[in-house]
Amino acid sequence: MSESSNVFFHMRNIVKSYALGDEEAVILKGVCLDIRRGEYLSVLGPSGSGKSTLMNIIGCLDKPTSGEYILNGSLIDDLTEQELARIRSREVGFIFQNSQMLPKLDAMKNVELPLIYAGVRPRERARRAEEMLVKVGLQERLHHKPNMLSGGQQQRVAIARALVTRPTLLLADEPTGALDQTTGAQIMGLFQELNDDGNTIIMITHDLKVARNARRMVNIIDGELSESEEATLS
Amino acid sequence: MKALWQRLLGGLTMFVESVRMSVANITQNRLRSFLTILGIMIGVTAVIALITTVSGVSTSISDSFTSMGAGTMSVAVTGNDLQAGLTGDNLEQITALSHVTGVIPGVAATVSVARGDAYESEISLAGKNPFYFSTTEAVARGRTLNPIDMDDAARVCLIDSDTVAEFFYGVDPIGQTLYINSQSFTVVGVLADVGQSITEMVSGSNAIIVPYTTALKLSGARLVTSVTVYVDGAAASQTVQTALENYLDALFSYEDDTYEITTMDSIQETMDSMLSMMSALLGGIASISLIVGGIGIMNMMLTSVTERTVEIGLKKAIGAEPAQIQIQFLIEAFLLSMIGGVIGVGLGIALSAVLCKAMGTTFTLSYGAIALGVGFSAAVGIVFGWSPARKASNLSPIDALRRM
Ligand SMILES: Nc1ncnc2c1ncn2[C@@H]1O[C@H](COP(=O)(O)OP(=O)(O)O)[C@@H](O)[C@H]1O
Ligand SMILES: [Mg+2]
Repeated sequence: MSESSNVFFHMRNIVKSYALGDEEAVILKGVCLDIRRGEYLSVLGPSGSGKSTLMNIIGCLDKPTSGEYILNGSLIDDLTEQELARIRSREVGFIFQNSQMLPKLDAMKNVELPLIYAGVRPRERARRAEEMLVKVGLQERLHHKPNMLSGGQQQRVAIARALVTRPTLLLADEPTGALDQTTGAQIMGLFQELNDDGNTIIMITHDLKVARNARRMVNIIDGELSESEEATLS
Repeated sequence: MKALWQRLLGGLTMFVESVRMSVANITQNRLRSFLTILGIMIGVTAVIALITTVSGVSTSISDSFTSMGAGTMSVAVTGNDLQAGLTGDNLEQITALSHVTGVIPGVAATVSVARGDAYESEISLAGKNPFYFSTTEAVARGRTLNPIDMDDAARVCLIDSDTVAEFFYGVDPIGQTLYINSQSFTVVGVLADVGQSITEMVSGSNAIIVPYTTALKLSGARLVTSVTVYVDGAAASQTVQTALENYLDALFSYEDDTYEITTMDSIQETMDSMLSMMSALLGGIASISLIVGGIGIMNMMLTSVTERTVEIGLKKAIGAEPAQIQIQFLIEAFLLSMIGGVIGVGLGIALSAVLCKAMGTTFTLSYGAIALGVGFSAAVGIVFGWSPARKASNLSPIDALRRM
């Protein structure tokens, strides 16, 4: 396999800034990052350093102010809203900071949601959602609404929802932030399995111990990204 | 080919799912949804009730015109200095014109009536001829008027049930004497109650009918100035009108402005155009309430978009396209409006059935009005749902997610 076909995405000098009155707040200061297929990367940085901002750009929720971002061979800057939505639907699975679920829907329906927008038919949808929930160990909680689930269970529903479209890239923003250590460890185990199955994972965290679960680690401080010297577990 | 098919199926799935989500949202906020559709409901109710009622009125007007005889025309005669109206002979000559089935002279007077202690002034009296009684089933008891009554200007009369009740309480009026303008008249018949027909609402009902010759004397006139000419079918109307014009021109020495002929057709046309103008005007007013209803829906949808920012942002983040979000909100606005429209159609039909009953007109269901009501509310839903749906589809997922 050639080097280029293995590159999943490629970022050069990504800058993200916001106009704050007369001044300009530069959040990402020229980030460069290359990811290969099957990689498991953690992005470690203190709160406010721009981790979520970076993740939003990687997941095509947001566009950089300047810089070059090529995902799967296409230049993101050139794409329309609709094309970006397609990428989010097909390529990316998000796990947000607060495992955001729709409160009126049960676990199954929450997991089915991305499949609805991908145009998957009801029976197939239910089958895949159930399969995913079983995989994250929630076979007993299929029809529980979010308020009947613990934080760890909600996080697992969020993971099932992120994985149900079989994305090529899993983006997790502080996936263990709201969890106790045991549950956090379970989630990390699940990530490891997913990575062993060939999923590309980018995990954002402010916790060095959590970051060490990944095979590769980068630090982000005040919008500047650097490869970490720190040894990871694997 | 297969890809296209897949996309179509996917689109259909999306659509069904959007309808389901919309229904869930509408039923979850029942009170709010009801208040939102109230405007549309009232608007559609008003439009349907108006259209149905006006068309009921116009049907019964044209029915009563038809019952008066197709092709009937009324003639107002001013005459000239020599003869300021029509004589009995003139009436006979007009009757003799071909295709004319008969004429009814119209002589009206307001008279005072007395019998014993009972006295009443301002009673409306009409002079008619025997032919009048062949055009109406107006006599309940006794006899009608005959040619001899006309020739003799006989002092005989037919009276309506109100007059019977007033002057002949507990007495059979037939053969009794009644004083009209202090002259003694013999009651020969009682007029039937024909109910409140549209014709009567327009022309007023008569309490007393006497021979037209007698009525002329009572009113102090010598000649008939108003006459209705009956024709044996609408097709002959034009021929008769021409013959009548020739006759009257000759009678009044070809002077100008001696008479005026109005055909029932032209009266009916005027009536119809008046009615349709009225219904257009009222319909216009009613559609304002539809627009107000539409604004209500827009307001509710805008509120809903704001409330559901997080939900929309999340859906977009997990892959919903802007168009998919837009369609979901459009469907919701459309459904809301349609529910209001359908309820409005039901209420409108019920209301117009009640109104038609109250006005004594026949109630006919107008499919056009129903289609209009439903179509209008569908359009209102889409038009006023458009901008909130657009707003929802343009929400940035990041802003929404930052609110989490
Ligand atoms: N829309 C915005 N406008 C202005 N500043 C923003 C906006 N979004 C994020 N920021 C700022 O960018 C910085 C980085 O935010 P974020 O990426 O969420 O940090 P982290 O996830 O690392 O805690 C913060 O200081 C935040 O205030
Ligand atoms: Mg963050």
